[in-house]
Amino acid sequence: MIQIKDLHKSYHMGSNSLHVLKGINFDVKQGELVSIMGSSGSGKSTLLNILGMLDEADEGQYILDNVPIKNLNEKIAAKYRNQFLGFIFQSFNLINYKSALDNVSMPLYYKGVKRKERTEKAMHYLEKVGLADWSHHLPSELSGGQKQRVAIARALASDPKVLLADEPTGALDTKTSYEVMELIQGINDDGKTILVVTHEPDIAQMTKRIVNLKDGLIIDDSPVQQVRASLHV
Amino acid sequence: MFSRDRWDEILEALNANKFRTFLTAFGVAWGIFILVVLLALTNGLKNGVTADFGDFATNSMFMWTQGTSKPYKGLPKGRYFNYKIDDVEAIKSTVPNIKYVSPRNQLGGYNGANNVVRGTKTGAFEIYGDYPEYIKQQPMDILQGRFISYSDIESKRKICVIGTGVERGLYDKGEEILGTYIKINGVNFLVVGTFKMSNSQGDGEQDASTIYIPFTTFGQAFNRGDSVGWMAITAEDGTSITSLKQQVFDVMKSRHKIHPDDDRAIGHFDLSEQFERVNGLFSILTIVGYFVGALVLMSGIIGISNIMLIVVKERTKEIGVRRALGASPWMIKSQILQESLILTILSGMVGISFGALLIWFLNYLLDMSGGPVENFANPSVGMQVVFVALIILVVSGVLAGLIPANSATKMKPVDALRIE
Ligand SMILES: Nc1ncnc2c1ncn2[C@@H]1O[C@H](COP(=O)(O)OP(=O)(O)O)[C@@H](O)[C@H]1O
Ligand SMILES: [Mg+2]
Repeated sequence: MIQIKDLHKSYHMGSNSLHVLKGINFDVKQGELVSIMGSSGSGKSTLLNILGMLDEADEGQYILDNVPIKNLNEKIAAKYRNQFLGFIFQSFNLINYKSALDNVSMPLYYKGVKRKERTEKAMHYLEKVGLADWSHHLPSELSGGQKQRVAIARALASDPKVLLADEPTGALDTKTSYEVMELIQGINDDGKTILVVTHEPDIAQMTKRIVNLKDGLIIDDSPVQQVRASLHV
Repeated sequence: MFSRDRWDEILEALNANKFRTFLTAFGVAWGIFILVVLLALTNGLKNGVTADFGDFATNSMFMWTQGTSKPYKGLPKGRYFNYKIDDVEAIKSTVPNIKYVSPRNQLGGYNGANNVVRGTKTGAFEIYGDYPEYIKQQPMDILQGRFISYSDIESKRKICVIGTGVERGLYDKGEEILGTYIKINGVNFLVVGTFKMSNSQGDGEQDASTIYIPFTTFGQAFNRGDSVGWMAITAEDGTSITSLKQQVFDVMKSRHKIHPDDDRAIGHFDLSEQFERVNGLFSILTIVGYFVGALVLMSGIIGISNIMLIVVKERTKEIGVRRALGASPWMIKSQILQESLILTILSGMVGISFGALLIWFLNYLLDMSGGPVENFANPSVGMQVVFVALIILVVSGVLAGLIPANSATKMKPVDALRIE
């Protein structure tokens, strides 16, 4: 599903430049649940943003679902993001003046889905994350865990190939974090490919494979015995 | 371009910050309001002043006699003379492009001594001896009967056409008027018509207290012979009376033995020249009105651009999120453009409506005040002004949205998302 080869990325600030990714190689297959770990500043978000086409690599190869991602113009990048990818952010990034339902509908709106079908689908995914009763509430009326569930429903709405989650539990307490991980595990059980960036080992243990980043390189990449979040809830 | 989804998106976004939306809208509404009201006031002033000209054919002059100021051909200076009825024909036949020449005589006056009697009722009115053409120079509505005709002129009939003020002064309400007689300076005249000035403004009372009789009858009945008091001369459309008047003067000078350089002997008032002067003044006023209005409007537009810029800055993160969800740059841009467009157009409409309301109210007050207000009448703006204002609004709405819309999509989505 995802193949990257020799990926490099530097940030330039004035005359200084910071080499963040120094040649990353890894593959993710359909249906995997991978966590990317590493200390703060190790380049996890940078890697995930490149995978999400929100940022561009300086060098290297990236193939997503057999499509080479290279020198895309913004219009095509937007289309690919809509088709292939669902994002889950640490700070939820819901649009504060839209209801839960409308937030979930947004990727479908940009996909060009008709209003009626859009509402039906969005409602379906809200049900799936257990928030059908909250569909008309604004984000400000929801708890942190509920907001992240709405964000997950939104990421799922356009039925993308891959979910990319950057510290999805970073802003949540332990109990809520496990509930969110339980949801993510459930979605992965249905066959969705998911990448989770985290620096919390217990969260990483709930995935099926841990990729460890340090100083811009992968120092370890190994499968783990998945801990079911439901055991902790 | 404006699907229902788009509408929802735009209204939601505008609704998300009501206060800001209100302020923005207010700037534009205020600008266009000022523009509309300013132009309406200019128009009102213009209508008021041009109404003082009445609707007398503007390409006209009045010409009368004054004493000569130079001796000529053995005649002394300071000599008085009169135009004669033959002069009319002389002008018509020698000066080209003259449309009407109306010789006129006047008797009595507004606010003068009583000069008309009917039974026990009396009144002081202005009596004019006129030719049938006069009604073409001074448009009036014949309410009953008819105006003076050429057969009246030829037969020197003792008939008259009276104004509504004369009617009020000499007749009871509902009384039959046509076919009755009134006595003007002791001479009986048959009333054959009543009139009202087509567009009476300012001098309404005076106009209404007027009686027209045939010019020839006037000469005979009041001992003027074939003397002409003054003439009202109108040029053909397309030729200005100002350019013809010297020729008219020359004809008169040669016929009345006046020194060719004696410019004092013939008095005249050139309506067309005065009218042009006033019109020129109002073109300047209108331009000033447009200019000031446009400046006010421009400040409103700059306000919108500013606010849209802030809006986009504030919403950079939201725009980043939308792009992560698959919004293309064009979708983002067109939404921002449409937001600013709708904001400007809607608030512009509000400004125009309030302007129209104020103008309506002013007109209402003018109507209520009864009598005409000095130099002010019927403030209004043309549809084309409103249309131009709307075009300006649309263009400025697009411009106001363009810069922020562009800046919104220039950065990488990841940078937009990082902003708090
Ligand atoms: N846009 C940027 N400009 C400059 N430096 C950046 C930028 N984004 C990230 N960095 C730097 O790159 C390094 C890696 O950042 P990041 O990928 O966010 O790390 P992580 O998510 O693992 O904490 C950090 O040192 C960070 O300060
Ligand atoms: Mg990070």
